[in-house]
Amino acid sequence: MSSKMSAGSQLENANPVIFQRSVERLLTASEEDEDVHDAIDDREIFDLIRSINDPEHPLSLEELNVVEQVRVKVNDAESTVGVEFTPTIPHCSMATLIGLSIKVKLLRSLPDRFKIDVHITPGTHASEEAVNKQLADKERVAAALENSSLLEVVNQCLSTRSI
Amino acid sequence: MAADSTLLLSLVEEFVSGLQESKAKDAAKGIKDGQFTILQLVEALGLSLTSSQPQTRARGVQLLSEVLQESHGELTEREVEVLIAFYENRLKDHYVITPPVLRGLQALTKSKALPPGSAVSMLRSLFQDVHVQSLMLAERACVYNMLINLMETREAELKGLGADFVFGFVQSMDGERDPRNLLLAFQIAKNIILRGYDLGKFIEELFEVTSCYFPIDFTPPPNDPHGITKEELILALRAVLTGTPKFAEFLLPLIIEKLDSDVQSAKLDSLQTLAGCVSQYEHKDLADFLEGLWASLRREVFQTSSEKIESAALAALTALTSCLSRSVLNSDSDDSLCTFLELVLKDCKHHLCEPDLKLVWPSAKLLQASCSGSNRASHIITAAVMPSLIEQYNSRTQCSHRRTLLEVVQRFIQSVKSCRSSDNDESVFSAYRASLCSMAFSALSESNASLQITATSVLTSLAQQTGLLLDSDVELVVDHLIRLLLTEDDERVSLAVVECAGALSELHPAAFITKLIPRLKQEMFSDQREASEQLSHHAVHQQCMSALAAVSIQPSVVQESTPVLLEVLSSAHTGSVSFSVDEVVLACRSLQRIAEQVQDGEETGRCFHDIIIPRLLSLALQAALQGDKSSDGRSPLVEEAVLSAMVSVISASCSRLQPSLAGQTASRAVSLFLNGDVSFLPDNSFPSHIQLLRKQQEDSWSRSQLVCLLMACVCTLPRSVEVPHMEQLLSELEEMSCSCSHLLSYTSAAKCFAGLLNKMPQGDSLNGLIQRTMTRVCRELDCTSSPVRTQAFTLLIWVAKALLLRYHPLFSALTDKIFSLLDDTDLGPMAADSFSLLMSDSADVLNRSCHADVRIMYRQRFFSENSAKLVQGFNAAPQEKKPNYLKALSNIVNQLPKQVQVTELPALLSLLLEALTCPDQGVQLSTLSCLEPVLVSPPPVLIQQLEALVNRLLALICSPVMNVRMASIRCVHALSHFPAHEVLPFRARVLRALAQPLDDKKRLVRREAVQARGEWFLLGSPGGR
Repeated sequence: MSSKMSAGSQLENANPVIFQRSVERLLTASEEDEDVHDAIDDREIFDLIRSINDPEHPLSLEELNVVEQVRVKVNDAESTVGVEFTPTIPHCSMATLIGLSIKVKLLRSLPDRFKIDVHITPGTHASEEAVNKQLADKERVAAALENSSLLEVVNQCLSTRSI
Repeated sequence: MAADSTLLLSLVEEFVSGLQESKAKDAAKGIKDGQFTILQLVEALGLSLTSSQPQTRARGVQLLSEVLQESHGELTEREVEVLIAFYENRLKDHYVITPPVLRGLQALTKSKALPPGSAVSMLRSLFQDVHVQSLMLAERACVYNMLINLMETREAELKGLGADFVFGFVQSMDGERDPRNLLLAFQIAKNIILRGYDLGKFIEELFEVTSCYFPIDFTPPPNDPHGITKEELILALRAVLTGTPKFAEFLLPLIIEKLDSDVQSAKLDSLQTLAGCVSQYEHKDLADFLEGLWASLRREVFQTSSEKIESAALAALTALTSCLSRSVLNSDSDDSLCTFLELVLKDCKHHLCEPDLKLVWPSAKLLQASCSGSNRASHIITAAVMPSLIEQYNSRTQCSHRRTLLEVVQRFIQSVKSCRSSDNDESVFSAYRASLCSMAFSALSESNASLQITATSVLTSLAQQTGLLLDSDVELVVDHLIRLLLTEDDERVSLAVVECAGALSELHPAAFITKLIPRLKQEMFSDQREASEQLSHHAVHQQCMSALAAVSIQPSVVQESTPVLLEVLSSAHTGSVSFSVDEVVLACRSLQRIAEQVQDGEETGRCFHDIIIPRLLSLALQAALQGDKSSDGRSPLVEEAVLSAMVSVISASCSRLQPSLAGQTASRAVSLFLNGDVSFLPDNSFPSHIQLLRKQQEDSWSRSQLVCLLMACVCTLPRSVEVPHMEQLLSELEEMSCSCSHLLSYTSAAKCFAGLLNKMPQGDSLNGLIQRTMTRVCRELDCTSSPVRTQAFTLLIWVAKALLLRYHPLFSALTDKIFSLLDDTDLGPMAADSFSLLMSDSADVLNRSCHADVRIMYRQRFFSENSAKLVQGFNAAPQEKKPNYLKALSNIVNQLPKQVQVTELPALLSLLLEALTCPDQGVQLSTLSCLEPVLVSPPPVLIQQLEALVNRLLALICSPVMNVRMASIRCVHALSHFPAHEVLPFRARVLRALAQPLDDKKRLVRREAVQARGEWFLLGSPGGR
């Protein structure tokens, strides 16, 4: 599971397509107004997940186009969030791990009331169904996070990069 | 004499047998004072030195050595010679005697009377008889210090030893483990290399014995008293390894090997060492390793996970290319630069054709790094890549691809600029000039914002190199810039356009004078608007004014641009063209920016002092006189915002431009305000006998507030420039500040008074003035029914600030008055707030750019003199007054430099924690902002109070005020970086508490909560922290 970046180990996809990062959300006057209620919107959810690190590259999921704002849907009133993510190649062995990272990030960052659905963009991965099933299964997600080496990689994906 | 000899004998006895260490000092003193000689000491030591007991002999030698350490300066050459012979002989004695012998020899190496040949003989004995690495740490240091001393004074003699010296040193340091000694040993090795000692056949040995420490891996023990850092060791070793090309064949393979390491710091050290060593090398030193080095460098950039390593690798590549370019070529050898660059091009060039893939940027960076190595390298690289980049740009259709290509091109132009020497060669890019310009123009015409932005920076880069932008190109650029200024609604594009205009107008002012300024003027003052349907009137005005400011760097441009800005003010005043208050303020800001960015020359100085400032004063005065008559439709020039913007223009000019002209401006202003002299003002149709400082029958605020302009004219001068009629001026200002009822007027008068006071020479007249003012102020303050208490307090504060800044001794009387007012029912809260004014920089007066007398560290001084008073006051104050003290405290602490906050925190922590529970939200907020920076590297006392701190912070994250919620969450975030074992016990509680703000109604609060909670989740979790 762990991937090393030294000369010996070859990356699955050494030269992936890079996408531009979106500009920071502009601060509006109403966001600074005490009395206005800012609803949680798609962009806010996207901002939560776009800077998650890819497990292989020193790049964010946004730069690899694994996550896009159009594939994020939130309904604040009904407390639901849906995120579709797109692995860089159809046989990407990291798909489950990436999905898990997104899910964990949302679990840690959103209020309890939300029901969180994370799945692969239809038709973009060979084992789409299996991965989706795994991500939707609460117990399997919980079990995965009990596994400390798995949790370690997830935490690294969620760390703000240093150095 | 006899008495002395008994004294000496008893000293010896007491030291050797009595083991009284202090006697060595006494003996040394005796010699220094001439009481007895070294020879007599040696004689007195006779019995001890010949004792059959090694311990006794050691004690005897020790006494002699300690005395020599104190008195080596007094010795004659003959004495030194004898002593050296004695010590050399003693090196062969029992091992317990070696340590004092070495100390004695070390002392002798410092002697100025060292006889010729003694250095060599000392070292021969040393290398022969002593195995350095079996000595203790201190004795090893002694040996290194001997070598260092002798290298300083006996270089020629040591070089006479030939390679034996190097060999002896290598043997001595082989196996050294102590970091303190290593620093000494590295210093010796560096001297050997840099001062041209003969390495003979021991090059590899010297390399081995030092390079075995590479890369340095050292973590100082906690509480290390020696303070040796890893960085220090790294630099000392690097100086050795990179010191000579003779090491190349050993060092380069070592670097290649260490670059493979997984340890980031090893990689970094290797790359920096590589960059360091090649500056000494020639191409033949590198030839065998180029392929290996390139493979490593490429890997570090292609697969990098850290920016630091990436930039170190790029720097090394640049150094490597420079080195290869420098070497003189032989007819029979290949051009190694070409060979190397072929490698680089082979691996990188094709990636430039894939502008959407990951490796395009690493490849471009590698190529650019090689490019900036030398002129020749940049020719080779650009010839290889530019044609295909240009062709691709023209054939690609996707904006994102074109943008990447354009940005790559821009970086290439930039990279070449940084290596160009002063020669007036044609630019490397001359051949591509036309294509590059047309690329930039086509990008400017696109509707894609990032393409346009990149195009502006391409143009700026082109302009920096001679011959790349022709005059006709510049005209075309100006047309594009005008179009974008007038139509573009994307803020980022506007910003880039304005910046580009500024950069270009500095180099090519003509086109901006003839085209841009007239066009912008026309656009600002015309009623019909054709050009810009997308932009509001206001936006166009805004763009035009910031562009006018940006382009005004050359005096010739300033002459043209400032009249346009002044016309904005006069039209706004007469109402002929409608400009909002905001726009008038903007025009002033532009003038201010120009005054701040122009070079101070006669021409621009005249422009500001003779035209702009009189015009501003005239307009303000017209507006003020008119303001009296009509209340409806008054001129925007009486608004406070406009006046303070004018203050900034005048301050910037008077403080920066032409002191003699500024002095003239000041005396004109003084005679205007004191005597109503309007003769220097343009459009002069003013009534005579205008009185601006004296109280009128009806209180006319629009006139009295003009005093702020007087302040700008007289308080910003360099201290060498004198202000006329000081006495009268000060007395009228004092009168106005204590009697006027209009806030801006009396505050400005107080500030002006204080600004002048701050620069007055020390002496009785100043002291008298302060005392008179204080008496008046206190009289008003002590009379609770006085209608001008607020005014008196305002004057008090500003005078206090003026004196605090210059450390005036009368300051403490004023402080005590302010402290006593913290308990005042009416003025208490104001007094608490005033501490923030005392401690912070004021924008328009009493700051360093106004040439005020500001002593360094006045804040620390104020704090250390008054913090105890504050704590006492707090303890004594009645409950309802306590918040005033807390507010005062947090205002003070907030402004202290962080190092001071950290050291002062222990004494204040309990008060600050108290302040967090104070219901006043202002106090909460300012206390949180004091705490936040301290939490980044928490002092131990904070950790002891962690429980209380966490409780109080968590209580505030549900505050009704969003700023308090955000600041407290940020503090909670900072706590997650405390030592893990200290904060881990709070993890569950904090995570629970932070769940609530995740659902806060404000997005900004949620964002802080998400970040903080994310970090707390990582705490104590695998892969986290």
